[in-house]
Amino acid sequence: MTAVARSGRAGRLGLAGAVVVALVLASAPYVVTSDVTHTLVDLFVLVVLATMWNLLAGYGGLVSVGQQAYLGVGAYAVIALSVHGGVNAFLAVPIAAVLTAVLAVPLSFLAFRLHGGYFAIGTWVLAEVVKLITAQIGPLGKGSGASLTTVSSYDPDIRVAYTYWVGLAVAVASVGGVYWLLCSRIGLQLTAVRDDEGAAAATGVRVTRAKRLVYLIAGAGAGGAGAIVCLNTLTVQPESVFSVQWSAYMIFMAVVGGLGTIEGPLLGALLFFALQQTLAAQGTVYLIILGAVGIVVMLLAPRGLWGVVSGRTGEVFPVGYRLR
Amino acid sequence: MTWVNAVLQGILLGGLYALFATGLSLMFGVMRIVNLAHGDLSVLAAFLAFALIDAFALSSFVTLIVVVPAMAVLGYLVQRLLLERGLRAGPLAPLVVTFGLSVVLQNALLEAFSPDSRALPAGALGTASLQLTESLSVGWFAVLCLGLAVAVLAGLQLFLARTAFGRAMRATSDDRETVQLLGIDQRQVYAVATAIAFATLALAGVLFGMRTTFDPSIGPARLIFAFEAVIIGGLGSLWGTLAGGVVLGVAQTVGAQISPAYAVLAGHLVFLAVLVLRPQGILAPAGSRP
Repeated sequence: MTAVARSGRAGRLGLAGAVVVALVLASAPYVVTSDVTHTLVDLFVLVVLATMWNLLAGYGGLVSVGQQAYLGVGAYAVIALSVHGGVNAFLAVPIAAVLTAVLAVPLSFLAFRLHGGYFAIGTWVLAEVVKLITAQIGPLGKGSGASLTTVSSYDPDIRVAYTYWVGLAVAVASVGGVYWLLCSRIGLQLTAVRDDEGAAAATGVRVTRAKRLVYLIAGAGAGGAGAIVCLNTLTVQPESVFSVQWSAYMIFMAVVGGLGTIEGPLLGALLFFALQQTLAAQGTVYLIILGAVGIVVMLLAPRGLWGVVSGRTGEVFPVGYRLR
Repeated sequence: MTWVNAVLQGILLGGLYALFATGLSLMFGVMRIVNLAHGDLSVLAAFLAFALIDAFALSSFVTLIVVVPAMAVLGYLVQRLLLERGLRAGPLAPLVVTFGLSVVLQNALLEAFSPDSRALPAGALGTASLQLTESLSVGWFAVLCLGLAVAVLAGLQLFLARTAFGRAMRATSDDRETVQLLGIDQRQVYAVATAIAFATLALAGVLFGMRTTFDPSIGPARLIFAFEAVIIGGLGSLWGTLAGGVVLGVAQTVGAQISPAYAVLAGHLVFLAVLVLRPQGILAPAGSRP
């Protein structure tokens, strides 16, 4: 007998596995040293960035090279809220994400006037403008940046543990949120847009509205990631949080892992994290390798690593339906 | 008078921006590819000139004889070996590939030449100026840049309008499937268009290097200027690109007149204003969209 089911065996195992992984990760501060958790926060940031860029480009078809605008705003929002507004620095993270999404509303109307490649550079210009304006604001330290002084009262181990949990929460919320979104009615519309924009519009999908929603969510995600970066490094500088390098990382992770899937960017983030930990000391050579691998994967295996793997295993995060 | 001077210098600077933006405009016009490595390639050209000067003590202008053809060949190869595959893989691939190229180039230049700022010698021409009135003078080099920009744009316009290959290029831009039915090899057309684009960006890159200092990480900022010139002027119009470059140049020099910190920001704000008020660009025909 045939039945319609959302998940195969890999999906059920995968979801159970994801819950177990999240629980194990959540207990890490009790088990490993704060050096390890401090490093793992970087991985969470990468997971959030890869997942959100994939939502944007892989589903929305919006190739942005300007998500660092939202990352920087998220980081600066923590400084503004915590140092100047008296809000608890950890509580400032979700507020920063919401504020970033609010900023993304007007910026989306500017960016959406451009299409394709010009959209890409347009978002980059917006990021530069946000950076230049931020670097003019006196209370935020102008060009030299600012420090998150409000968390110095915490014991360092406690501070790192809190940062770790907040980082993990943002990562889980990002991946889980994107999964939930794609399983919803909107997700179906987005998948249609991904496959054929014209056909999706013809069947009644409001393409621009769907894309704008994706743009705002991706902005909030980048803002959350920026807030975590601020908590983890305790300083923000316009040249580093607004660096286009972040976009290079996002593109690498999403493309190499596999665009248009949930699992791909996770795989990409893990791979990138491993490369970063082993090769970062090599400096520029590591970035040359990164760029070259991105080009080769895009040209030879455009579905990414997950595209190669998933043919055998099936989806771990099933968003479609299948017959069995 | 300082404001008149700022506008005048801006117009001249705009010529260089327009020359540099021509390649970006051409590649988009013919292939619908936005080359995110455009800025870094111009920096590569400047470093090639720098290395030649270092080794053979040439004049900066003489290096153009080598650098421009070398970059044209590179353009041909990049199109045939990388972008052509990318175009077949969908609209996303050329963006990712050129962005990857940008990251590779930037860091390879950093590895080869260190992050130090460099400049190409401009010789006597670099300091010579033409006194217009008592308080107003223009540098000969800046005038030369504007002149070269107009010459290159006019030449390209003639090439596209009058020659058989130019017609093939425009036809391919309009409809690449139909053009193949007529026996035109679109891959060849694309590769030649890229070669021309790389030649113009190499010329602009060397001139940029003679005008101001450059370092391996300056490419993205340049790409953004070129992009703004193209959008302000209007997509698909070469003379629009010249107008866009001039508007951007004037915005920057007038912004710098208010405060040096506002130079780049003023350019960005004019770009955003055009995007809001006239997204088809100042010279584009009504009804076209970016």
